[in-house]
Amino acid sequence: MLKALHHIGKYFILLGRVFKKPDNFKLYGRQIINEMASLGLGSLGLISIISLFMGAVVTIQTVAAIDSPLIPLYTVGYATRQSFILELAPTIMCLILAGKIGSNISSEIGTMRITEQIDALEIMGVNSASYLISPKITAALVTIPIIVIYSMFLGVFGGWLVGAYSSSLSAEDYLYGLRWDFKTFHVIYALFKTLFFAFIITSIPSYHGYYTRGGALEIGKSSTKSVVYSSITILVVNYILTQLLLL
Amino acid sequence: MIEVKNINKSFGEKQILKDVSISFIRGKINLIIGASGSGKSVLTKCIVGLHEVDSGNVSYDGREFGGMNFSQRKEVRKEIGMLFQGSALFDSLTVEENVRFPLEMYTKKSDAEILERVNFCLNRVQLDNVNHLYPAELSGGMQKRVGIARAIALNPKYLFCDEPNSGLDPQTGIVIDNLIKEITHEYNITTIVITHDMNSVMETGENITFIYKGEKWWQGNKEEILKEDNKELCDFVYASKIMRKFREV
Ligand SMILES: Nc1ncnc2c1ncn2[C@@H]1O[C@H](COP(=O)(O)OP(=O)(O)O)[C@@H](O)[C@H]1O
Ligand SMILES: [Mg+2]
Repeated sequence: MLKALHHIGKYFILLGRVFKKPDNFKLYGRQIINEMASLGLGSLGLISIISLFMGAVVTIQTVAAIDSPLIPLYTVGYATRQSFILELAPTIMCLILAGKIGSNISSEIGTMRITEQIDALEIMGVNSASYLISPKITAALVTIPIIVIYSMFLGVFGGWLVGAYSSSLSAEDYLYGLRWDFKTFHVIYALFKTLFFAFIITSIPSYHGYYTRGGALEIGKSSTKSVVYSSITILVVNYILTQLLLL
Repeated sequence: MIEVKNINKSFGEKQILKDVSISFIRGKINLIIGASGSGKSVLTKCIVGLHEVDSGNVSYDGREFGGMNFSQRKEVRKEIGMLFQGSALFDSLTVEENVRFPLEMYTKKSDAEILERVNFCLNRVQLDNVNHLYPAELSGGMQKRVGIARAIALNPKYLFCDEPNSGLDPQTGIVIDNLIKEITHEYNITTIVITHDMNSVMETGENITFIYKGEKWWQGNKEEILKEDNKELCDFVYASKIMRKFREV
């Protein structure tokens, strides 16, 4: 317990250093662009495949679950849309990104730590925490919401493919369901929590990477830890935000 | 001139440096020698402020480092170049971008001027046509040279080299040693070199400090080191047969 508090304190102190004024805006700008490219393009393929398949599966499951003629078939489109907007696109995609981006960030920064590259930055008078971490956080805050919106569209599209090519559901029913009782607030809620998740996905692995000590073995451990802790944090924050915003 | 006064440093319970005081002379190669794990790297990191000391002080030409705030320290750090044990090149950047880095961070020079300086530094360490290679594509000796080029990019007043020739073949090691020696004399830099290689001690030793288990055990030059009878120092210096023969002669 005491150790957890120690880590949380150290994490916030690090964040304090991360958000100091940059030494050189031009270099930071370039870093942000690089990070956005690697975050965005690097995750697009994975997110596309997962969203399409999950959209299809959720749709099939809902069709299969409806066995009463009293429930209209357009419910299927509604259910797929709601599950993607509210939970699958923001939370599940961010959990997946926590695995992919998180381990990446933590091992990248961890390697820089143990090969003294961070010391080399510091000796040049560069605020290494800010230079290495803040472009990643900024890039994630911009890119990940876009990825989540993209995932919403693809998920719903995956469901539509099922509707169009199966006998038990028609594309028209599905499309009608998609538009039925649409609430903009749900999208805002989803994007709002995505911002929190984007921050978690980048800052927690950065913390673990930054304080890696030892050798290659420890880099592996930090990256595992960062995935575990960022996933747990996402789930807890998700619960809290949902409680606050939707009830 | 860098003056280190009575510094102590512990990690947890373990005391690494015990009351170390040393003066490093301008325009000379100041060597720090000692066995692995004796605290040489920790000592240099304390001097440049990468580790906070528990007590004691370091001053750079009269400027006390300990009492400085962040931005004052930054000014001093711009005058420090450091070559790390593993070179510590930024592996996501090319050779040219590595040497460019400090220049872009701190100077308002135009792109052309920066490139000129980069090429000058790379040329100075005898590296040509490697501008667009990545560190992983270079040999260990070339990485060290890029490290030196990056360290001298901003014309440092102080140069720290942590085991510059470890992991290199003897011949390349000597090339690197000579390079550091030339640069030191050419630009009148206060250079501190950590080594446990007796070869380079006998080549470059102008002001040698021997660290034993975190304490300053002995200080002198290369002529004096051969006449010394101190047991711990002799165990270190005459660990190899060839050095023992050297003494007999
Ligand atoms: N960041 C650190 N935390 C804890 N112990 C350290 C740290 N850095 C070095 N040490 C310990 O300090 C001692 C001296 O290390 P070092 O200065 O690297 O030796 P060397 O003389 O070979 O350069 C070693 O026992 C090492 O384990
Ligand atoms: Mg060392």
